[in-house]
Amino acid sequence: MPEPLLEVRDLRVTFRSRRGDVPAVDGLNFRLEAGEVLGIVGESGSGKSVSMMSMLKLIRNPNCVVQGEARFLGRDLVAMKDKELRSLRGKEIAMIFQDPMTSLTPVYTVGWHIAEQIRAHESISARAARARAVQLLDEVGIPDPDRRVEDYPHQFSGGMRQRAVIAMALANNPKLLIADEPTTALDVTTQAQILDLLERLRREHGSSIIMITHDMGVVSQIANRVLVMYAGRAVEQGTRTEVFRRPSHPYTWGLLGSVPRVGKTRLRRLPTIPGHPVSADAVPAGCPFHPRCRLRHDQCDVRPELAAAPTAPDHLDACWLPRDDRQALRLSTVRAAVAEGDPGDTIEAEGP
Amino acid sequence: MLAFIVRRFAAAAFVLFAISVLVFLIFFATPGVDPAARIAGRNADPATLAQVKHEFGLDRPLPIRYLLMMRHLFISRDLTSYVNRGTKVIPQILQAVPITLSLVIGAAVLWMVFGVAMGVAAAARQGTAVDPIMVLLGVVGVSMPVYWLGEVVNLLTQSRLHSTVFHWVPPLGYVGLTQNPWQWALHLLFPWLTLAALYAGIYARVLRSEMIGALNEDYVRTARAKGVSERRILLKHALRCSLIPIVSLFGLDFGALVGGSALLTEVVFGLPGVGKLTFDALQNVDLPVIMGCVLYAAFFVVLANAVVDLLYAGLDPRVRRA
Amino acid sequence: MAALVLLILITAACLAAPLYAHSIAHTDPFTSNISGTTVANGKSEPLLVPSSTGLGLGVTPIGPTWDPSRYFLGVDNQGRDVMSRLLYGGRSSLLISVSAALICCFFATLLGMIAGYFGGFVDAVLGRVFDVVWAFPVYLLAICLSVVLLTSGLVIGPIHIGAGSIWLPVLIISVIYVPYVARPLRGQVLALREKEFLQASIGIGTSDLRIMRREVLPNIAPTVIVFLPLMTALNMLTESALSFLSIGVQPPNASWGTIINDGLGLLYTRPVVTLAPGVAIVLTAVALNVLGDGVRDALDPKAKLRGAA
Repeated sequence: MPEPLLEVRDLRVTFRSRRGDVPAVDGLNFRLEAGEVLGIVGESGSGKSVSMMSMLKLIRNPNCVVQGEARFLGRDLVAMKDKELRSLRGKEIAMIFQDPMTSLTPVYTVGWHIAEQIRAHESISARAARARAVQLLDEVGIPDPDRRVEDYPHQFSGGMRQRAVIAMALANNPKLLIADEPTTALDVTTQAQILDLLERLRREHGSSIIMITHDMGVVSQIANRVLVMYAGRAVEQGTRTEVFRRPSHPYTWGLLGSVPRVGKTRLRRLPTIPGHPVSADAVPAGCPFHPRCRLRHDQCDVRPELAAAPTAPDHLDACWLPRDDRQALRLSTVRAAVAEGDPGDTIEAEGP
Repeated sequence: MLAFIVRRFAAAAFVLFAISVLVFLIFFATPGVDPAARIAGRNADPATLAQVKHEFGLDRPLPIRYLLMMRHLFISRDLTSYVNRGTKVIPQILQAVPITLSLVIGAAVLWMVFGVAMGVAAAARQGTAVDPIMVLLGVVGVSMPVYWLGEVVNLLTQSRLHSTVFHWVPPLGYVGLTQNPWQWALHLLFPWLTLAALYAGIYARVLRSEMIGALNEDYVRTARAKGVSERRILLKHALRCSLIPIVSLFGLDFGALVGGSALLTEVVFGLPGVGKLTFDALQNVDLPVIMGCVLYAAFFVVLANAVVDLLYAGLDPRVRRA
Repeated sequence: MAALVLLILITAACLAAPLYAHSIAHTDPFTSNISGTTVANGKSEPLLVPSSTGLGLGVTPIGPTWDPSRYFLGVDNQGRDVMSRLLYGGRSSLLISVSAALICCFFATLLGMIAGYFGGFVDAVLGRVFDVVWAFPVYLLAICLSVVLLTSGLVIGPIHIGAGSIWLPVLIISVIYVPYVARPLRGQVLALREKEFLQASIGIGTSDLRIMRREVLPNIAPTVIVFLPLMTALNMLTESALSFLSIGVQPPNASWGTIINDGLGLLYTRPVVTLAPGVAIVLTAVALNVLGDGVRDALDPKAKLRGAA
């Protein structure tokens, strides 16, 4: 097998606090091949952003301890010195963040930001950097880029700002782009445009993308592979087709169930996952999802490991339920959720 | 930008006008106060009173009196002191202005340089010993009366340690910059340091908290993700944004200094600036001088504020269009 | 916490001033005692010795004896006990700064609420006035007011404040700082007015007065409480500066500022007269500022006073 672009092995991120160590990421494993788009899904606090940011040493809290391995083209990012890592950040690995409103320094022009990105890793003249900035803005679909390059971030709309941020991230043709909820702060139409843009740029630049999101809809549009996280651990992992067609973890069922659908019999009430997301300092023993799971049984007191069914070696999940009748069980939980929410309503079985 | 400048100076002119009216009203329209008697000084004879009444046109309605007053101050510039008969007020003030400006500008440069350096150091070394020391300095800065610190400095440099460490410190007073630049700086050194010591502490503290706030902003995280060096993040991103509130604070303090603390500092260090002039006038209730000084000081304050606002607009692109 | 203890100690000591002056020091700190004597090393010594330096015009008072019953900190150039005056001065300084802070915050809250709540014309006028006073250096404003009022006193309706009264500086100081407090409060009220719960109250027809009392006031109260100790510290410095310029507290009353002024002529011979009240001011103001910061951290981390972080 060729060397993967990124291979994360047993990544652990722990925050030391007065009340003891709080594990935010608890043993994360995944591989990302060149050109792939990996969607990492989970509720807020599930450790998806923290794992990516800690990998790049973007968490400056001195009480944050990162363990494990994250091999990027064979080099372990976790063991790297900050200075070494800095030469990778923004050049080989770029990251964009959720809120385009606050992610640009308000006192500099958009062009300045892009030029700073280019000149951080390449010694070219300011004039050349500016020309590249105009070109990049054009590429991400900013109209009249020659003029807009001199605009300040506050003169851009949210969607345009996110485009500018993407232009900045792609300035050095990174091999990997990590996008942390890039569309969450935007309205739906803009969201779709940004996703299209990312998809097009991926094709043109050949970058791999890790897309962090809580929105199954976003994942279904862009990802080849999906990783579902809960309470700092991966609970399900597989290709998009597998995860969406045959989701095998009750938590994934919950996530899929709570996406409103168009064109199906409308449920009067959208099913939700009962209970609240666990906070990292109070992860229950055993399967972390068991307090919210309708199908918990005695075995759930023991923490399940991520494992694959023999029939689909690339589709892993961390659940004790018997593998053969998962789909039937899923239907029953959806029914139960709906019955609880709105008694007397009927649903039809749903598939992708 | 031009429209902004015009608007800003129009606002400054309005504030200046309002201040002059306010001062005028305080001196001439406070109930139970006879301005003629006040201007003429205590125990003035009827002849003086009459002369004062005529000079200031006190028998005329208030708006006319206001205009007359302004003419005396700014156009004919012949307002005279009533304590030292015949001494014109305006030349006295003009003579004193460079001294006050020397004091204030020198101190401001020192306090901004030290304040910014200390604030950045504290923010960059959060969690080390530098940090709490800076916080303490800031608290002492807002808690210590400047004139008292000046007295203590005098006590040390002029008396107690004068024969040993501070034998090079000249006696209190002022030497003009054009006369002898070296002596000018030497005479002003301790007044500068006294003023700057307090303000540098305050500014370091404000800047520190601004910087810490800025370093937690998303744009700093973005800059890190871009692979920008920590030094550049600290100076180009965090400091640059933190300077915006500092500059507006500076405008206010510079004004307050011209009108307040500089007065006290000048008195303590025997510098014959506008503040000392005001102080001497206060001692013998020389109203024309007080009024002249107050209005001239207010003029500089408002001017400084306007300039600072323009600077602010230069620093913060978000303000320019608003 | 240490700040609070220190404040209580200082206040208690100042309140006990008459007790100290009458029962321990046996002096009257408000009358000059030029030819007084005291007993030192078993011998009777004059309190004031004609100065031996310079032109011999001045006098040199006795220095600190460090004996609480016999001029603990020495005497000033009129033979008055410095320690007793320090305690009495503290009473004035504390009284002025605390009451000025209360009055100032009261009016500032009122004006800030009116301007922020009603908006429109009222707000425009008040806002302009605040702007003007804000741009006017406070010391200059205080000086103008003091000069005018000090010789004539002030009569507003039934309230009559005598020329030498201690309430004159209280009034002046509280007036000049009103915009400092009112401006941030106005901003807060403006923001509150957009909040749903307030809109809801207006929607169901609650009277303005009731909304202000029941909805607005409780929401801005934390900020006002944070401002109180900080304003008290600021007032203390302002009062001392005015008194130092001899336009604050008038003789025979004393405050820490006037004592510093008294000590000026003795700075090089008996510096303790100037140093002691200064140290008292610094200690009290530091304690108040630390207390204010603590209260702010507990109640309202965003409250900011002009000039103070």
